[in-house]
Amino acid sequence: MGRTSAFTDSSIGGGKVSLTYEDVIAKYEPVLGLEVHVELNTHSKMFCGCSTIFGGEPNTQTCPVCLGMPGALPVVNEKAIESSILIGLALNCSIAPFSRFSRKNYFYPDMPKNFQISQYDEPICVNGYLDVEIDTDEGVKKFRVEIERVHMEEDTGKSLHVGGATGRIHGADYSLLDYNRAGIPLVEIVTKIVPGTGKYAPEVAKAYVAELRDILRSLGVSDVRMEQGSLRCDANVSLRLIGAQTLGTRSETKNVNSLRSVERAVRGEMIRHAELLNRGERVVQETRHFQEESGLTRSGRSKEQAEDYRYFPEPDLVPVAPDAAWIETLRATLPEQPTLRRKRLQAEWSVPDKEMAAMINADALDIVESTVKLGADPTRARGWWLGEISRIANEQNVTIADLKITPTDVAEIVALVLQGDLTDKLARQVVEGVIAGEGTPASVIESRGLKVVSDESALMAAIERAIAAQPETAEKIRNGHIPAAGALIGAVMKETKGQADAARVRELLLGHLGQSVD
Amino acid sequence: MSTLSRSDVAHLARLARIDMTDPELDSLASELDVILEAVARVQEVATDDILPTSHPLPLRNVARPDVVTPSLSPKDALSGAPASEDQRFRVPQILGEEA
Amino acid sequence: MITRPAHEMAAAMDSGEITSVELTQAHLDRISEVDAQVHAFLHVDTEGALAQARAVDDARARGEKVGPLAGVPLALKDVIVQNGIPTTAGSKILEGWRPPYDATVVTKMKNAGIVILGKTNMDEFAMGSSTENSAYGPTHNPWDLTRIPGGSGGGSSASLAAFQAPLAIGTDTGGSIRQPAAVTGTVGVKPTYGGVSRYGLIAFSSSLDQAGPCARTVLDAALLHEVIAGHDVHDATSIDAPVPQVVHAARNGDVKGMKIGVVKELNGDGYQAGVRSRFEESLELLAKAGAEIVEVSCPNFEYALAAYYLIAPSECSSNLARFDAMRYGIRIGDADGASAESVMNLTREVGFGREVKRRIILGTYALSSGYFDAYYGSAQKVRTLIMQDFNNAFTHADVLVSPTCPTTAFKIGEKANDPLAMYLNDIATIPVNMAGIGGMSLPCGLAPEDGLPVGFQVMAPAMQDQRMYSVGAALEASLLTQWGAPLLSQIPALAVAK
Repeated sequence: MGRTSAFTDSSIGGGKVSLTYEDVIAKYEPVLGLEVHVELNTHSKMFCGCSTIFGGEPNTQTCPVCLGMPGALPVVNEKAIESSILIGLALNCSIAPFSRFSRKNYFYPDMPKNFQISQYDEPICVNGYLDVEIDTDEGVKKFRVEIERVHMEEDTGKSLHVGGATGRIHGADYSLLDYNRAGIPLVEIVTKIVPGTGKYAPEVAKAYVAELRDILRSLGVSDVRMEQGSLRCDANVSLRLIGAQTLGTRSETKNVNSLRSVERAVRGEMIRHAELLNRGERVVQETRHFQEESGLTRSGRSKEQAEDYRYFPEPDLVPVAPDAAWIETLRATLPEQPTLRRKRLQAEWSVPDKEMAAMINADALDIVESTVKLGADPTRARGWWLGEISRIANEQNVTIADLKITPTDVAEIVALVLQGDLTDKLARQVVEGVIAGEGTPASVIESRGLKVVSDESALMAAIERAIAAQPETAEKIRNGHIPAAGALIGAVMKETKGQADAARVRELLLGHLGQSVD
Repeated sequence: MSTLSRSDVAHLARLARIDMTDPELDSLASELDVILEAVARVQEVATDDILPTSHPLPLRNVARPDVVTPSLSPKDALSGAPASEDQRFRVPQILGEEA
Repeated sequence: MITRPAHEMAAAMDSGEITSVELTQAHLDRISEVDAQVHAFLHVDTEGALAQARAVDDARARGEKVGPLAGVPLALKDVIVQNGIPTTAGSKILEGWRPPYDATVVTKMKNAGIVILGKTNMDEFAMGSSTENSAYGPTHNPWDLTRIPGGSGGGSSASLAAFQAPLAIGTDTGGSIRQPAAVTGTVGVKPTYGGVSRYGLIAFSSSLDQAGPCARTVLDAALLHEVIAGHDVHDATSIDAPVPQVVHAARNGDVKGMKIGVVKELNGDGYQAGVRSRFEESLELLAKAGAEIVEVSCPNFEYALAAYYLIAPSECSSNLARFDAMRYGIRIGDADGASAESVMNLTREVGFGREVKRRIILGTYALSSGYFDAYYGSAQKVRTLIMQDFNNAFTHADVLVSPTCPTTAFKIGEKANDPLAMYLNDIATIPVNMAGIGGMSLPCGLAPEDGLPVGFQVMAPAMQDQRMYSVGAALEASLLTQWGAPLLSQIPALAVAK
């Protein structure tokens, strides 16, 4: 039985938590290495003109090139090269004056040519860094993550495993292949080893991926949706005794598909490695798969016998040799760095830390900024996007950016409220109408008849009708029982179909009944 | 020149995904020995000061604009498939690494 | 009519002497009469050819301006894909595959009104010099049916010599257009690498492969060259520059003042006596026509064959990986419980022939870690040296010349079990591919000892393809004057099956 449990421990990471995280970091120093694959958001694929739209019917976005048919040839997408250079520039890399594609040869049914066109010894960008900050008990700490390389490659198709119980590959009777994803441009960003993070290794890994995601989004080169796989992280972890010089054996955890999982995977692997090392066992150099549900990793393929990919220069493509002019043209389009921009906007808009964090979490920064640029007050713009609009987005299970309401619409609504043409309540109806696809705020106001009733003689007439209908209530108010006013105000609002300004109705009513307005 | 053994050729055949019989491996091993001895002549002149040429053309930066062009119909895409199902290529069970 | 040059056929159609349908039918008849002996074709597209012929006839009848080869039939090497037409590259692994797209050269020929008769036999995946490596049986040389028609494009050149087609398309990776042309007494041109699109050409060795025209006259080859050449956005290695003025050069055939360099290393020992004597006589004719003959040396050519047999197998080991029984082609061993991997392994074992497997394994070895620098890396350096040799030689001469092959056509089966002896056939043609320059072979007579055709090779610097046509046309004209009739008029008549 002892052997069985040992096997279980090495195949299911962290299965038995006999060690605490504190135990691990007291004895070992973690060394990280992160490889992030990003699907670029080009319109067409890396080497052919097929569409890259996510979620198409199977094999509707394929052609002789991305199906690897005999005779077909790849031609590089220029936008993919430019996106890769932009990523390199944003990550402080050197852009290689001469870079090439190579073939990585291995057989797998989801890879139509049975080689992947990738970059091997001559990547497009090298030697950069990314600084990340994490909040700790000891205050904000800054870590520099050095970037080894940024290179271009192509994605594989997707397989659906049929038969067997789990839909997983093992035990399946056969597989069905959809090559819509095959050939979608990928950029791989590889860090150098990251030592010196100590107990913060999991947080640093998460912060790095988060910061990278923000940069990629600000560059506009990728949708960076981890849940859709457009940003995928492989986390390499090894441990060494504190003070030791040589590196320990690393494991490479794949399938890490959320920021939270990056942190969990690193922490889990640190504990698993420490348990092995403490027992005097070896860490196996292998690929492991992260399980979202359990937060544990499962053993994949052993990498002890290094594959022989037989890389050689891709003879169907010519070298990419960007000249200085091209690089500088691209550099000129670089957006402000996300961390700097956040600090600037927070100061300009006077946003408290907590609200700022909420806005970043909701991915609302861009959209609020656009709204403010259109003249809206920052606080009100933020209020609409994070309030009513976020609520509707949550209900519909989409993001605010997916809704049919634009910064222009919100800026217009804010302006109308400010002018007194809309009450907040009416404005909410306008928002709802715009999102429902009823058109611009003006046309929603028009079609729903949502103008504030500001004709005071009409309001007075309505008030008198309400008093006549409820004389006893009116009497209570005359006698100073102010809370009773609610019933009469309600009646007036009902008669005006909610388009009166309730505060003004209250003023007029109380004045009419001889009470002062508090 | 070291000679290739049957197991060397078997390893290469595995890398190349060809299921060779033992007699085939043996005869290939001896043929490859002869060929390798002949082609190893390249090492006589391939000195360190010579740059390698992987391609006869001095072209650089050939790329296409990021424009979507029509794909094949799924029917055409799958027309040569040995087996298909639900508009997908049907293949035998895939062993090995989880995709 | 079927023995005439293509440009004369086109003229006859322009003048109304014959229609394309008649001409096409005459060739289809000829194929059915003699192909049982020659076996030049793997597939004959009778309906498609006649439909295209009718369309061209209609266009001519409407008075539309048609291309110079409109309505002329052509034989297409089976390594080039044609939409809906079986394409096998001579391999069992692709048996039954009908591509869903056209190669760029096919599109260009269709637009030019050329009538594609069918697909021609070849060594499997263009690997070979005899067409014996076809999974569908060998092609026979119309000059002597017991002999090879050259390879890999033996079907294309044999179809020309057998008057089954006046034009053909070949592909040339190490001599697969020029060597078959030489041994069948026809003309074959490998254009500058990048001069003709490779899109739709089933890749053997991507950095060496090049499609080109095959014909019975230099002018016909030039006319076809102009149809298929030019920049293609689907091929990143295609040259974005005007097509060299090859037709103009072929019509003029002017070599006055041209310096013709005889490559010292591509002559002499190992070259058959009759090959050498015909070659020398041709040099004299060119000198008489006003060219200056000089000798040049290319000392590194002796390493070209070795480098080629590392580079081409390396690239092919990767190019042929896609034939895995998953998306197209045959599938072997798909029984219950079989894995994708075992099906791939078995299909590739059964689907590939011996020479293809030999080269895949050789290439896999040359690229594998630990051996890459010694083999593939060294071969690439030799490539640099060969290019330097050419650059140097072209400072002394406008074109270079040599015999196309060391020998005339050998017997079928003679070298089938000796790969190295087979590889030596390409010793004079391979340097051209390594450097990516242009090469042409044209007939220069029959070897006295065996009465078989001898090929004369002309090599020109990259994108100076017109120079080959000038020299080729000049030599062709001089020889025609000497012979009084084309060389092919001496070919033995084939028995006609009815």
